[in-house]
Amino acid sequence: MSLLLTLYWIFFKIGLFTFGGGYAMLPLMEAEIIARQGWLTHPEFIDIIAVAEATPGPVAINSATYVGFQVAGIPGSLLATLGVISPSLLLLLVLGPFLLRWIKDPRVQRFTRGLRPAVIALILLAAISLGRAALVDWSTLIIAAGLLGLRLLRRTSPLITIALGALLGLLLYPY
Amino acid sequence: MPEERAKPEAETRISLLAIFLVFLKIGAFTFGGGYAMLPIIQEELVRRRRWVDQDTFIDNLVIIQSLPGAMALNKSILTGIKLRGPWGGVVAALGVVAAPVLVILLLAGLLLPLFREHAAVQAAFYGLRPAVVALILSATLDLGREIVRGWRAVVLVLFLMLLSLFFQPHPILIILAGGLAGLLIYRKGEEEKE
Repeated sequence: MSLLLTLYWIFFKIGLFTFGGGYAMLPLMEAEIIARQGWLTHPEFIDIIAVAEATPGPVAINSATYVGFQVAGIPGSLLATLGVISPSLLLLLVLGPFLLRWIKDPRVQRFTRGLRPAVIALILLAAISLGRAALVDWSTLIIAAGLLGLRLLRRTSPLITIALGALLGLLLYPY
Repeated sequence: MPEERAKPEAETRISLLAIFLVFLKIGAFTFGGGYAMLPIIQEELVRRRRWVDQDTFIDNLVIIQSLPGAMALNKSILTGIKLRGPWGGVVAALGVVAAPVLVILLLAGLLLPLFREHAAVQAAFYGLRPAVVALILSATLDLGREIVRGWRAVVLVLFLMLLSLFFQPHPILIILAGGLAGLLIYRKGEEEKE
């Protein structure tokens, strides 16, 4: 029971501090689930993100469901999912009518304007530590560089990028 | 008769089941979350069903970009609330996550355990991992180009990265530090995005 409550609470925190879309939850999940609880290793975490990208739905929610399942089966997956969506529900249901006016307040605007660079800094650091676990040899380095180039220059979609990654893995797997 | 045409179809109450089903569909068929889902929600709710008008949709975008949580989720909840009050919001949230949760449970609970040790699956994940890194980096670069404008934002990013590397504080503290720094370094009248 306490494991399930811990899962709910951790994902509640993650949902509450994910500003700026999906990847903003990566540093929070890394800190809570890998560093603090030791529930997953970096490679396991990347595999979960890969599955979350390849399946329908928001990446933040898919990865919460998957991590919850890894930690405590089906009840774990449900509580982690509820945890990550609870802050949005509470904020919008309780504060909904005031939010638009409140968010246009100059102080709130300046606060969020400083908050966004912080999120960028944290995602970059998470990308580095995930990169260390993912880029283990020349082939993986070339896959990452090639797909990054395609994504930036040709605007390939996330789903195509994931599919190409799996295909290149099959072609270049050395073991 | 113009008086009758002025009555919008939104006058007829949209059932909770209909709200659930629309968001179930949106959740089941959109990949990539956030920016990929918003155009689909717009197509489905503004253009096809006319449940929400374009101005409300844009107003809502301002809200969800400043709020925590997955953007597609926030968008769904706001629309649900607009259509049927608090219960509409709850039903929209459950609808949009239902299919993804089922798919993940099927994969994680049934399929992957069967094939996890298979050489082909191992090989696929060997390539999936660098693909994920490429996705994260490209998203960060895109987001950065949009957000990190002006030298103060660049200094803030570098300063917070160094702070994080040396002291390893909880990411929540770095986020709050960024917000406080925003209050201090941007003066009145500078809150509008350039």
